[in-house]
Amino acid sequence: MTTMTDHEPQGTSVPATDAALAVHNLWKIFGKGGDKILGTPDAELPRPELKEKTGCVVGVKDVSFEVAQGEVFVVMGLSGSGKSTLVRCLTRLIEPTAGEVIVDGEDVTKANESRLRELRRNHASMVFQHFGLLPHRQVIDNVGYGLEIRGVPKKERRAKAAEVVDLVGLSGYEFSYPDQLSGGMQQRVGLARALAGDPKLLLFDEPFSALDPLIRRDMQNEVIRLHHELRKTMVFITHDLAEALKLGDRILIMRDGEVVQVGTPDQIIGAPADEYVRDFTSEVPRSHVLTLKWVMHEPNGDAGDGPVLQADQIVKDAARVVLDHHGPCRVMDGDKLVGVVDDEDILRVVVAEEEAPA
Amino acid sequence: MRNTRNGWMRGARAVAVVACVTVVAACGGGSIEEQTQANEDQAAEAGGECGDLNMAVNPWVGYEASAYVVGTVAQEELGCTVNYKDLKEDVSWQGFGTGEVDVVIEDWGHPDLEKKFVESKGGDGSATDFGENGNVGIIGWYVPGWLAEEHPDILDYKNLNKYAKDFATSESGGQGQFLGSDPSYVQFDEAIIDNLGLDFKVVFSGGEAATITAFEQAQKNKEWLIGYFWEPQYIHAEIPLEQVKLPPYTDGCQDVPAKVACAYPDTPLKKFVSTDWSESDSTAVGLVKNFKWTNDDQNLVAAYITSDGMSPEDAAAKWVKDNPDKVQAWLG
Amino acid sequence: MTTVVAPPRAEAKEPPPPPAEPRHLPRWAWALIVIGVWIVVWAFTKGQDTLTLGAREHTQLQNDLTEFRNAVLASRDTNPFIQFTYQLGEWFKEAVEWCQRMISIPDFPRPVPQIGWLGVTAVAVWIGLAVAGWRIALLVAASFVSFGLFGYWSDSMDLLIVTFVSVSVAVLIGMPLAVLLGTTSRLGNSIINTILDIFQTMPTFVYLLPIVLFFGIGASAAVVCTLIYALPPLIRIAGHGIRSVPSTTIEATDSAGQTSWQRLRKVQLPMARKTIVVGLNQTIMAALSMATIAAYVDGPGLGQPVLQSLFKNDVGGAFVPGMLIVVMAVMLDRTTTAASEASEKAARGRINMRQRRIVLAVAAVPVLVALWMSRFYTWAAAFPENNLGPSVADAVNSFTEWFVDAFGGATEWFKNVITEALINPMQSLLAESPWYVTATAIMALALVLGGLRALMPTVICLIGIYIFGLWHDAMITLTMTMVGTVLVMVMALVFGVWMARRKSVDLLLRPLLDAGQTIPPFVYLIPMLALFGPTRFTAIVAGVIYAAPVAIKLVADGVAGVSSSTVEASRSTGATTWQEITKVQLPMSKGSIVLAANQGLLFMLSMAVIGGMVGAGALGYDVVLGFSRSEEWGKGAAAGITIVLIGIMLDRIARAAANQDPITHNPTRRPWWRSSMG
Repeated sequence: MTTMTDHEPQGTSVPATDAALAVHNLWKIFGKGGDKILGTPDAELPRPELKEKTGCVVGVKDVSFEVAQGEVFVVMGLSGSGKSTLVRCLTRLIEPTAGEVIVDGEDVTKANESRLRELRRNHASMVFQHFGLLPHRQVIDNVGYGLEIRGVPKKERRAKAAEVVDLVGLSGYEFSYPDQLSGGMQQRVGLARALAGDPKLLLFDEPFSALDPLIRRDMQNEVIRLHHELRKTMVFITHDLAEALKLGDRILIMRDGEVVQVGTPDQIIGAPADEYVRDFTSEVPRSHVLTLKWVMHEPNGDAGDGPVLQADQIVKDAARVVLDHHGPCRVMDGDKLVGVVDDEDILRVVVAEEEAPA
Repeated sequence: MRNTRNGWMRGARAVAVVACVTVVAACGGGSIEEQTQANEDQAAEAGGECGDLNMAVNPWVGYEASAYVVGTVAQEELGCTVNYKDLKEDVSWQGFGTGEVDVVIEDWGHPDLEKKFVESKGGDGSATDFGENGNVGIIGWYVPGWLAEEHPDILDYKNLNKYAKDFATSESGGQGQFLGSDPSYVQFDEAIIDNLGLDFKVVFSGGEAATITAFEQAQKNKEWLIGYFWEPQYIHAEIPLEQVKLPPYTDGCQDVPAKVACAYPDTPLKKFVSTDWSESDSTAVGLVKNFKWTNDDQNLVAAYITSDGMSPEDAAAKWVKDNPDKVQAWLG
Repeated sequence: MTTVVAPPRAEAKEPPPPPAEPRHLPRWAWALIVIGVWIVVWAFTKGQDTLTLGAREHTQLQNDLTEFRNAVLASRDTNPFIQFTYQLGEWFKEAVEWCQRMISIPDFPRPVPQIGWLGVTAVAVWIGLAVAGWRIALLVAASFVSFGLFGYWSDSMDLLIVTFVSVSVAVLIGMPLAVLLGTTSRLGNSIINTILDIFQTMPTFVYLLPIVLFFGIGASAAVVCTLIYALPPLIRIAGHGIRSVPSTTIEATDSAGQTSWQRLRKVQLPMARKTIVVGLNQTIMAALSMATIAAYVDGPGLGQPVLQSLFKNDVGGAFVPGMLIVVMAVMLDRTTTAASEASEKAARGRINMRQRRIVLAVAAVPVLVALWMSRFYTWAAAFPENNLGPSVADAVNSFTEWFVDAFGGATEWFKNVITEALINPMQSLLAESPWYVTATAIMALALVLGGLRALMPTVICLIGIYIFGLWHDAMITLTMTMVGTVLVMVMALVFGVWMARRKSVDLLLRPLLDAGQTIPPFVYLIPMLALFGPTRFTAIVAGVIYAAPVAIKLVADGVAGVSSSTVEASRSTGATTWQEITKVQLPMSKGSIVLAANQGLLFMLSMAVIGGMVGAGALGYDVVLGFSRSEEWGKGAAAGITIVLIGIMLDRIARAAANQDPITHNPTRRPWWRSSMG
């Protein structure tokens, strides 16, 4: 993780050994002779100059990260940042130019065709922005499609599909056709299709950006619910920071194909890696994201006997307690005292937020 | 009451009619079986003496007349199964070698095809010359009858230049128009016009239908027209056409195409057949070999087909019925 | 020639349209300058180096082509390839003849076919009912009865059989090629498309003789020549359909780990189904339009009576079977379209399957009875004779005669005006200029109108035309094609806009346009000849009748497709009807208009051979000559190839002119195959 800035806390770093997904030095260069650019000084050129010089475009530039079992990992960036290319490289829907993608201990980039199919069938499923449903098939057969191409007998796959349809809340629509459903329901079908094969890894490519805001919120909650129930590892692509903050255990921010920052939501907000990220996050209600860890200060000798709060508690939730208490409150990480927080600490966050939009 | 009774009666009558129709229909059913039986018997009797006769039908009515007359006789008298095949000349000749065509009953002279298919001319031997069929092809320059009547001197080529302007059309670029014909026919008109110093330009009609329509319209609307035409051709029975005199044909005067300056020769029309078929024991071989009739005979049958709107089968049958002597001669 | 450069898969990242080049003069002004210079040069050089070739003269290359054909002919008994194709032809013939004995000709020793008209009609109606519903069943019944009623039962059945066999083979060969076209790279696409272009523009008469040589006379030749002509629409349209399956769906299903075979079978083919049906439909129409040509080599079917009547100058006699071909075309067109819609409905459960099965089962009883009766009763086996056909033919003949008499004078005037004002000057410019002047001018026009992208194919085609030695004839044919296209476009704009703006006009004209496209040209050639004589103008009129329907339909669809909100917006500013048409509807349907012009050009060109049969001379005459006299085959083939080259050249110029960038914008918003391709 070369681009990670080292001044931020590393409290939630992932143990490398049992990572569900590990990506090492992944590159994707579009255009003729893209692979020849790798390793030359050209590879380091900014995008427009490279395009001018070679006609090639860097989609993904030396990206590395790891995702833990059961983690929701969000990749965020504006359009053209390479995030959709990145997620497609994970199952080689787009062939990466270089690098390693390790899923369940196996390097996807080295898999031959049948091995790759095997992997797509059993280990990683994907949900797409534009659903990609088959208009000529009923919901239940769309959901069962993955099973069908694996050769699961019809009866069995229908039973399994019906189960998953129920899980995503589409009971009663099994025999409808996609064009008879609303956008949100269609995406539920997309979700069900991805779940039907019972993969360990779920990939989401901006699944909710085509939906209107209310439906989008429902679907986000649906994903949170499913994550609680099924504990799947998820890689979630979005351009919506609020969505990233809401869903992500950790967030990776991309720009021009490069990783700008990886961290938990509070790390991103509390310690933006550069101006770009700071700008990006400026409108986020910080009190909703930051934990006390980010606002506390060193106890001046005596911590006092104020109420005890946990360091990973969100500011917003702790605000009432702190403001009600006259004097500092103690902030603990487990049993260990790590700092104290007083009214001023809280107000600084909240007031900054009020001023930010101006 | 009477009305009711009548109604009843009517109903009964209707039932009776339906019953009769059904019975008749059932009898009709019998007739299919009867005829099947008859056909089988006939086939057994004929015993394959004739078999199939594949008759090419080239696309003009005179040919059709000859082909169907021979075909009708072969079918009625010899019990052949005659297959008429609508084909252009080149395709017909190509069919000799593959057994798809047995007989071309009217050939206007195709030196190029003979060279390819007739053994004595250096061909592969799939075609055999079966002699003349009695018709004589006359090719020449024709004008519609009204023109010949109003300007009798037009019938000599020497006077044509006098009228060249009258023959001009939108196609001839100021010169007189000479209407060339279907590309199937041998035409030297461009050379003849050049070599006789005539102020005409050849415009090809491109097809027989176009040529015939042009002459019909010209006669009907008294339009100026001169062009390539020929006999026997059924249209002569419908409108008068007069031939324009050209320098007479002499042997060899058409040997060098670019130097031609004489009339077309009269062409005795010939029969060509498939060599394999001619060597078979089909009883129709003799018939085709002996077949011979006149231009008038052919024009008559052609007129049945065109003017009287008869089908070629009916026209041929009518002529065969009316001319038993000639038919007997072919069979003899 | 309706190649469409399909957009590449990764559509999402479309580069921004290139900035418009700064031009000092619009393209049409440059074109006018080129033409002006051309006219000046023409005035001084007229008549030199026109490369005129006399009626019976040949170039060495043309002789070589003839020799080549003769060599192939001479080797027919030993050439293993011919042995193979001949065997293939035998199979086609056997298949057709077996079907014929079943329904159209007496199956000896029976005096009638195995199944008579009543049985065939009943089965056909039942099939119509089963695949498409009772309306179509009625249409099928009416069509089949009309075949018998007009006295062409067995010819109609023959045509149906030949069409069925050729279309079946076309599907067998065409679908794999369509899949190839739908899934290969763009280079592969442009290669396949060029080959299809050649197939579609090469006049049939050129390959009719070789087909007979390779496959034999009659049904086999009919099947093969129909096949060659009918295959391209299927490959093109189905390929287009497969290629147009949204990439998101492909990606989504790929991500589930499907094999490419699963992708094809479960995703691409089902999703392209509607388009494939359109392709099949066009293939059937193309097959029917070959009926008369096939009759030249004894192909069974309704083409035979059409052709025989032509030899007798019997307009009515050609009209009746000609109209029956139209009836058959309309029947098959509506049936296949409705069947495709019905099967979709059925799949979506909008049809009560149980009830439907019962209806079909009940309906099967009278069908079986009819079938049985048609085997045993004469009246049900052979269609009862009647006088309807001949009396209609007579009526048509009288009408034609009256029409020609009544309008002969007026048409003569019209012919002369068009000939003097349009055809002669243009032909003089194109054909009387020295060849290098014309070639330079055409190249300059291509460059001005279509840029470098148009120039390259133009140069290649012009070189080809020069090499094949029929330059002068080619320029005459080109002239007639251009004049015809101008007339076609005038009609297309007038009638197209009218149809788009008035639903009632649309309803009235559509069937006429369908008929104009499917009726064999031989039917109306004789009245045309009677009206205009054997002239270039007659050829142009015949071409216009054939080409105008497509162009009119395309323009009508394009104008009707202009978004109603835009029209509404213009109306709200108080635009007059004329302003609405010229400032909104026509500019916004520019893509369709360009496509209409393109199709008009190609359809006109495809009538060049027919033109050669009615006095237009030039390339069309050369092709007919090559077909008629074996020693001229090489010249005919050269003429055919020249027609192909002209077609490709015009197509590429038109397409480049319509749109300078081949990839980013497709000139037509509507699918290009919405045009019937005849």
